[in-house]
Amino acid sequence: MLIKTRKPHHIGENEVTSESVYHARRHFMAGVAGLGMAAALPRGAWAASQYDDVEQGSRPEWFASRIENTKWKAVTAGEDDKLTPFNDATHYNNFFEFGTGKDDPYKHAGGMTTEPWTIEIDGEVARPGTLDVNQLLGEQQLEERIYRLRCVEAWSMVIPWMGVPLSALLKRVEPTSDAKFVRFQTLMRPEEMPGQRSRFGLIDWPYQEGLRMDEAMHPLTLLSVGMYGRVLPNQNGAPVRLVVPWKYGFKSIKSIVRISLVREQPPTAWPTINANEYGFYSNVNPDVDHPRWSQARERRLPNSLFSTNMIDTQMFNGYGDEVASLYKGMDLRKYF
Amino acid sequence: MRLWRCAVFVAALLPFLWWAGQVAMGQAGPEPGQYLLLNFGQCALILLLLTLSLTPLMKLTRWKGFALIRRQLGLWTFSYGVLHLTSYLLFILGLEFSALGEDLQRRPYIIVGFAALLMLLALAVTSNRYSMKRLGKRWKFLHRLVYIALALVLLHFFWVVRADMTQWSGYALAGVILMLLRIPVISRALGRVRPRKGSSSRV
Repeated sequence: MLIKTRKPHHIGENEVTSESVYHARRHFMAGVAGLGMAAALPRGAWAASQYDDVEQGSRPEWFASRIENTKWKAVTAGEDDKLTPFNDATHYNNFFEFGTGKDDPYKHAGGMTTEPWTIEIDGEVARPGTLDVNQLLGEQQLEERIYRLRCVEAWSMVIPWMGVPLSALLKRVEPTSDAKFVRFQTLMRPEEMPGQRSRFGLIDWPYQEGLRMDEAMHPLTLLSVGMYGRVLPNQNGAPVRLVVPWKYGFKSIKSIVRISLVREQPPTAWPTINANEYGFYSNVNPDVDHPRWSQARERRLPNSLFSTNMIDTQMFNGYGDEVASLYKGMDLRKYF
Repeated sequence: MRLWRCAVFVAALLPFLWWAGQVAMGQAGPEPGQYLLLNFGQCALILLLLTLSLTPLMKLTRWKGFALIRRQLGLWTFSYGVLHLTSYLLFILGLEFSALGEDLQRRPYIIVGFAALLMLLALAVTSNRYSMKRLGKRWKFLHRLVYIALALVLLHFFWVVRADMTQWSGYALAGVILMLLRIPVISRALGRVRPRKGSSSRV
């Protein structure tokens, strides 16, 4: 139990010190790797061991070849942000393509085929094309980033994602000067996605999301392919999803098959159903309530019957220092 | 008949025991309060629909057993409704009653659910023989509140739905059918399916 200590997540981003044994070991390992002795104990093995309660799942070539060189804990969360257990992060999801129950994605997403998988890049780019996940990641080093995830339903988790900045991909495909927004699209495959077969579903499939160009280029915006040191489980949006930590979770679209650079703000799934309740920006904002519930606080999961684990919601989910400047001069009550 | 009543009692208690067990064993996911809230609420709605199906069923089959469990099922409906509200107060609000005041003012689905439960409360406290005697004719009138309660419960549920209406549509359809069966013409026809004398019209 002592070895499993989660202390590294309690350490601020810039504060890389050797306060704990665990941390000291990490420095030592880094030193070993630096001396060219990494082969003695590959860092991939180290990565797997830090999440030893996690099922490893399949390990496709594009993942296996990159894990050794992953930059672990490139971004960490706050002192009080305890990592959500893997089991909870994978058994309590909103992925409406698989049903509306929180456990529906876990129950039904296993049937989604993720290999082969291609992502179409089109629209206002100099280099459109169809890429597989390997090509999508390119030369970019995988990074582990521990982000807070705030759902619009007023619960939250803390997840160690793995991925690359979306900006790296966008730069490579060379957006034209007309590219003002990025539109994302989830897989449309009713035969594998029961939610898409529902006759009384409200979402206009395929699920679509969008970001303004500067949001998409922001260094925090992550194109994620893994979590907890492994590939994304299907219910979490395999094989590739977006993670935008300062926005409500539904902006972080899952199982992406198409990324288009467009001139106009694209229609997105939730505002299309109900524009009064969901906006295009959907930045986490404790001052603007959802019409049906307050957004001032959130339940940090897992909680228990004895404690709701209620905490105050932070503006931009606590990423204000990094992103507030994107919205300078905007009325965030109007553009919620 | 006593056995039948006991069987219904146990059957209605089982869901509560099952969900409580799931929570106790850590099988209810990372948000056990929400798990209980949703299950209790849904159970209350199902029980309400079952309660309302007893009279048409009795007319159709002439089996008195259905009438015998009507009060019990009504009380179970109320009990699961109370469990639903209690889960909300304890596990979602965390007993912050200032937030409750805010919810009641601003969130219509909570007001509607609350109103429905108050109606069920009125029915529950007047479900005994003494009240029936005392209220006389007014008792029947009072207990027609159950129809309004059903409408409010369905509205409460409707306003909570986010992405898919399938489940709600099923319950609403059942509710509509049960109401249609109470239209006098249809209700009488129901009683004639098996011609025998002595049917009493009930709520």
